[in-house]
Amino acid sequence: MSDRPGLPVVELPTSGGCADVPVLKERGQREVFCGLTGIVWLHRKLQDAFFLVVGSRTCAHLIQSAAGVMIFAEPRFGTAILTDRDLAGMADANDELDRVCATLLERRPDIRTLFLVGSCPSEVIKLDLAKAAERLNARVLPRVRVVNYSGSGIETTFTQGEDNALKALVPLLPASDERQLLVVGTLADVVEDQFARLFRQLGIGPVRHFPPRRSTDLPPVGPGTRLLLAQPFNGEAVRALLARGATLLPAPYPFGGEGTTAWLAAAAAEWNVNAEHFRQVTQPLHERARKGLDRYRATLEGKRLFFMPDSQLEVPLARFLHRELGMQLVEVGTPYLDRQMVGAELPLLPATTTLSEGQDVERQLDRVRAAKPDLTVCGLGLANPLEREGFATKWSIELVFTPIHGYDQAADLAEIFARPLLRRERLTV
Amino acid sequence: MQLTLWTYEGPPHVGAMRIATSMRDVHYVLHAPQGDTYADLLFTMIERQDARPPVTYTTFQARDLGGDTANLVTTAVRDAFERFKPKALLVGESCTAELIQDQPGSLAQGMGIPVPVVPLELPAYSKKENWGAAETLYHLVKALLADRVPKPGTPRPARPEGRRPRANLLGPTVLGFRCRDDVREVTQLLGQLGIDVHVVAPLGASPDDVVRIPEADFNVDLYPEVSRTTAGWLQRAFGMPYTKTIPMGTGATRDFIAEVAQLAGVDAAPVLGRERPGVAGLASSQSRAPWYQRSVDSTYLTGKRVFIFADATHAIAAARIAAQEMGFTVVGLGTYSREFAREVREAARQYGVEALITDDYLEVEAAIAAATPELVLGTQMERHIAKRLGVACAVISVPIHVQDVPARYSPVYGFEGANVLFDTWVHPLVMGLEEHLLQMFREDFEFHDGAVPSHLAAVAPSAPAAGGAVSAPAGEAEGVRTLASVPQLQVTVAMPAVTDPAAAAAPAASAGPVPPVWTPEGEQELRKIPFFVRGKAKRNTEAYAAQHGIARIGVDTLYDAKAHFGR
Repeated sequence: MSDRPGLPVVELPTSGGCADVPVLKERGQREVFCGLTGIVWLHRKLQDAFFLVVGSRTCAHLIQSAAGVMIFAEPRFGTAILTDRDLAGMADANDELDRVCATLLERRPDIRTLFLVGSCPSEVIKLDLAKAAERLNARVLPRVRVVNYSGSGIETTFTQGEDNALKALVPLLPASDERQLLVVGTLADVVEDQFARLFRQLGIGPVRHFPPRRSTDLPPVGPGTRLLLAQPFNGEAVRALLARGATLLPAPYPFGGEGTTAWLAAAAAEWNVNAEHFRQVTQPLHERARKGLDRYRATLEGKRLFFMPDSQLEVPLARFLHRELGMQLVEVGTPYLDRQMVGAELPLLPATTTLSEGQDVERQLDRVRAAKPDLTVCGLGLANPLEREGFATKWSIELVFTPIHGYDQAADLAEIFARPLLRRERLTV
Repeated sequence: MQLTLWTYEGPPHVGAMRIATSMRDVHYVLHAPQGDTYADLLFTMIERQDARPPVTYTTFQARDLGGDTANLVTTAVRDAFERFKPKALLVGESCTAELIQDQPGSLAQGMGIPVPVVPLELPAYSKKENWGAAETLYHLVKALLADRVPKPGTPRPARPEGRRPRANLLGPTVLGFRCRDDVREVTQLLGQLGIDVHVVAPLGASPDDVVRIPEADFNVDLYPEVSRTTAGWLQRAFGMPYTKTIPMGTGATRDFIAEVAQLAGVDAAPVLGRERPGVAGLASSQSRAPWYQRSVDSTYLTGKRVFIFADATHAIAAARIAAQEMGFTVVGLGTYSREFAREVREAARQYGVEALITDDYLEVEAAIAAATPELVLGTQMERHIAKRLGVACAVISVPIHVQDVPARYSPVYGFEGANVLFDTWVHPLVMGLEEHLLQMFREDFEFHDGAVPSHLAAVAPSAPAAGGAVSAPAGEAEGVRTLASVPQLQVTVAMPAVTDPAAAAAPAASAGPVPPVWTPEGEQELRKIPFFVRGKAKRNTEAYAAQHGIARIGVDTLYDAKAHFGR
């Protein structure tokens, strides 16, 4: 990124990195949520959308178990549970779906976008939700738009649900040649606001977000659009945006001071921001982030870290923890490796890292036991059992439910990893 | 197709997981796609289990579907057997696998695995979690005991001279309601009668223990949702009688003691002699509950309106306690356990209410709102509902959350269970003197409608409701809106005629006669009644006005109605 004239220079020294090392590909039992889980945050981000899973009681139970306890209000998601009757005749299932949607929209007149979310059973019985959306749209447009995507476990893992939801929206984005920065991936509102201030100070704009806070406020896309990725799991949506003429600004993800600076720099370069101005704006913030991180360095430095695959955030977070806090990476597991999405990250990982893709949970747990890491990042199903075996753990789901992006959240992000270790120091029982 | 926001029960294979996870040396191979492993966290997080559930998932993907998903099953079965060395293997499928019809159970049975392999067919599109648990326990027990069933008509051998009577406790599981502590309580209760607990299953049992079940004299059907099918089969196959009383509450515990004493052929008098009804005192029972309930301090509990919705076992037992031991008035009773709908209907008749049999959370919410209870006894779902409606609530049944799995000893069965229930149900209520003060000094600024029992401030919804309506407190606005969207509830809950012009303008379910209108004076007087009984007063007054053809409700109508209905 430093070979273009007039660019602010942010050098990210690399050691050859992890880009070319062989990946351990595994196949077996996966201890990872399916894409339906993304609804848990998407339904809060998109304040006028409703997510209707067309699936089984298992789907309803999954979302409720993964998230339900956090949400006391009537959620903007639900499940149309397939029953024996629906399986017996397809025409009936379609009628039933129309009926359920009508009831729902009547009950929730505030809804502007209805997502029909495919599940494992709806995919297997080939219930055509695209057709259903078309059929419903003929009735409810323009008040409500019906969109469909799949969050099924046979096709998607955890955060891929967001990817598919966004991909389903891409064809609906208005076309525009306007030069704009489009930030892709759900961010906490507070982080979005921080970045908005920064982009304004840097003179970068207009800046829009995808997903937007309201489903009726979809950003335009076209040849003038430059994509800056806030989350590493939206590969399909990004490729759909590229197909509509947008250009990707390759960058590491905005985790940590260094990651955030590099991320902003990618946009700044594109907008020809003066290097000195860039430094003036970002340096104090980067410095503040560094100061915040110092508090946790003693706890994390030199500690050996093992990532079980979960949210797709593993690679960028490993980079942050290694480079800015000195953690040693034992294994970085990720559900799938999308090299286009982590192209700027892999070279920043040490070549000694074991990079694994997919999962055979029993074998991976054997590797955890053999490697005896100081901290294991894993899902909720594994955390307590690993703690019982004597391993400190960090539940990975917290990483998608906490504001962790940007300068002023860098220390919060470090604290998430330091907390289990600090807690162990306190406890005497 | 059923529209669901929350579900009371998981799918049936989660019931099977509860059985497998409750036991030792049992492993469950589940043909299921990625994502179904979510169920592990129910055990490791809600129940804080310190080991993973003994479940292996085949994790098939879309790309496997055209090919050989059956091969994934046999691989998973072989790997699981070699790694975990179980003494019995359950093999089944989740909802998606059911559609691709690989018959994993039969496949596994044909693999020559040298331990019992129990195929589970749990139809995911018609059945639910408790049914799945009951079926799994039944098939496992049946498979392990198959070659020990005596010929039909064989008389049951008499208990050998000198051997103490033995009972099995059937039904306790992980992710049940207080099962761990109920088992301990019931075990010591039986111990007082000289009865030994022989096998507890499934909780803590291994397949070897299950094989010993017929060695006991009778079975205690502790959680019928899970164990009734098995208890029934053991009675048919081995002639083992089983108990019908659930020992929840003081009265039911006394009945239970009498029942097991009779089944075991022992004398209950030494235990029951101290437990005679009507002579409550601190020394007259093993539990303090009967005396606490009769102590004058509890007078304020009299006639409190309680709505009960739970699994059938806990709902029926709670209703009896509420009516006969707490002195409450049962204004609603229901269950999501359709398998036991008949029993719940029967119980509801005793209390003069119509049983609510549904697994639709919205229907339960509407029924609770319409019944205007002062206390809700329910599940985690009803806790959410009650919070939204600003009504006190105690959880008495699954589904539960982590806070319902307490660290302390906290049974709900037996005499200690009666103590626990007394404390748990009284705790969320406005206490005696505070209730009086609220009645007397309505104008006190701290007695606004959002004010909650002073000992609960930390967990209470805060902030006064604008205008002092009988609505949920501010911040729960979403709840209010939801209710308003259920037309028949507006009149009883949202009080649109008094305070909420928007809601009043919404179409009420008004095909019938025009509802009476509150005059400003009547409305003002109504507001002087504490919010937790105001709903009832309002409802009574409106009913009275409608009966008497009064179109405008004034101060006098309010007091006429009060005279008419009593408190």
